Amino acid sequence: MFRRPAARGESTVTEAEPERIPEPAVSVVIEDPAIESKNLSVWYRRKQAIKDVSLRIPRRKTTAIIGPSGCGKSTYLRAINRMNDTILGCRTTGEMLVEKEDAYGPNVDPVLLRRKIGLIFQKPNPFPKSVFRNIAFGIQLHYRANSGELEGIVKSALEQANLWDEVKDRLDESALGLSGGQQQRLCIARALAIEPEFLLMDEPCSALDPVATAKIEDLMFELRKEVTIVIVTHNMQQAARVADYTAFMYLGRLVEFNRTRDLFEKPREELTENYITGRFG
Amino acid sequence: MRPKSLRVRKAKEAAYLAGFVLAVLAALAVLGVLLWSIVAQAWPQLRWSLLTNYPLTDSTRVSEAGYASAIVGTLWVVGLTLALSLPLGIGAGIYLEEYARQSRISRVLQAGVTNLAGVPSVVFGLLGLALFVRAFGLGKVVLAASLTLTILVFPYVVITTREAIRAVPQSIRDGSLALGATKWQTIRKQVLPAAAPGLLTGSIIAAARAMGETAPLIVLGSIPLMQFLPWGPDSLFVVMPVQIYAYFKTGPAWHGVAAAGMVILLLILFAVNGAAVVLRNRLQRQRW
Repeated sequence: MFRRPAARGESTVTEAEPERIPEPAVSVVIEDPAIESKNLSVWYRRKQAIKDVSLRIPRRKTTAIIGPSGCGKSTYLRAINRMNDTILGCRTTGEMLVEKEDAYGPNVDPVLLRRKIGLIFQKPNPFPKSVFRNIAFGIQLHYRANSGELEGIVKSALEQANLWDEVKDRLDESALGLSGGQQQRLCIARALAIEPEFLLMDEPCSALDPVATAKIEDLMFELRKEVTIVIVTHNMQQAARVADYTAFMYLGRLVEFNRTRDLFEKPREELTENYITGRFG
Repeated sequence: MRPKSLRVRKAKEAAYLAGFVLAVLAALAVLGVLLWSIVAQAWPQLRWSLLTNYPLTDSTRVSEAGYASAIVGTLWVVGLTLALSLPLGIGAGIYLEEYARQSRISRVLQAGVTNLAGVPSVVFGLLGLALFVRAFGLGKVVLAASLTLTILVFPYVVITTREAIRAVPQSIRDGSLALGATKWQTIRKQVLPAAAPGLLTGSIIAAARAMGETAPLIVLGSIPLMQFLPWGPDSLFVVMPVQIYAYFKTGPAWHGVAAAGMVILLLILFAVNGAAVVLRNRLQRQRW
């Protein structure tokens, strides 16, 4: 159950030799962060994908990570719940504090870590099972539940993901028969069913049409009061719409972090400005 | 640049298509001739008593000869072989595909398994005779035959298991792991159900292989004139291919009976295949 790191753009290719990393422009201080990385670096074999990223992510807010392809934003997201562990040859250094505890510490079991940190993938990946079993799967991983309890949780998770009305008559049909947008909301419902404290979203709308995208964004808006959301996106309008805070990454390092509006209206770094005005990326 | 002629390109397409159709027809023709010649030879001897009578060598009573002991022996030997080889082979396939890191040891293991598939089957017969029959002292019994055939079909089960598991998209494993599933929960609840049709194909290959093997079982000491039904793993035994071979060797008068045995063997094979297809369809429905 491992794979080779996906071939990314050569922009991440850097030999592991000492390199001066410019200080990021961080204009806002996050007190009591839910997630905090300290000098986090991630390597795929000898290629460094993340360079010394220190970032504080606020609790029960939505934080967007933007940047051009290959800037390491997805890698950073997957470092939070240790999904990078499944990639052969991937190595992580530095600290990733999730609620003050280092996710890579000796006492942390990635299985328990992932249980409280939901992850939504770029391409909707429902299991080849019924709609009902897709949601029930996560619950049954962690609990012995009777069918009454299961039905209750499945219903409330689907309601929370604004999907219940569309699928209540086809709970026993294959989830693969749903539309792309419905599949993605099913994946969100699946994650919500086990009541995560965090929701990581890896370009969740890049495979969806504008209507389906709007539904997911509405959902994120509703959820942000309850869970800490981190969304990776290459769609800057999306970041501006849904995120309270935004981080801009480039070539594996953090360039700038600020309140979303401030970052887009008065970027401090030239790189950030060039990116958000569409001069590259 | 000179444009390529569309006529030439289309002519090439037609020529290749014709070649492929011809290849399929050639294969079908061989199968047809084989079936026809077997059935034509077997026709005078096809009778229900083939299933219930015991083997004979008396040439005046050819029409009373049967396969009762060989049919029961084949079912015992193949059944026990599957019971042993499927858990072993699927387990090894899961280990190699899901757990084994790409270390040197695991690569040596994989090469070993693949090479095992290329060993002539008679060698397994000699191994079985030396190891199971003599060293373990099992004697020339069903269990010794099944253990030998288990080694023989093991690589096929491993290879088909690995292919079936590899065909399951990584995104399903990721989705499961991201919900906090352990590796085993992911394998048991997502990977294996998704791979089930492929695993079943491996089982059919294993069954067909075990059913048709003759050489290792002759070496092992299958007795072609058995006058009783094998009763279990510790019983002496005869299997269909060995019995067919024995009849064939007895003389031209027995060729019809031998051909009839082949028809029976083919029918058993079709039945096993059919059962597997039904099971596979049901599994695919149950996935949602």
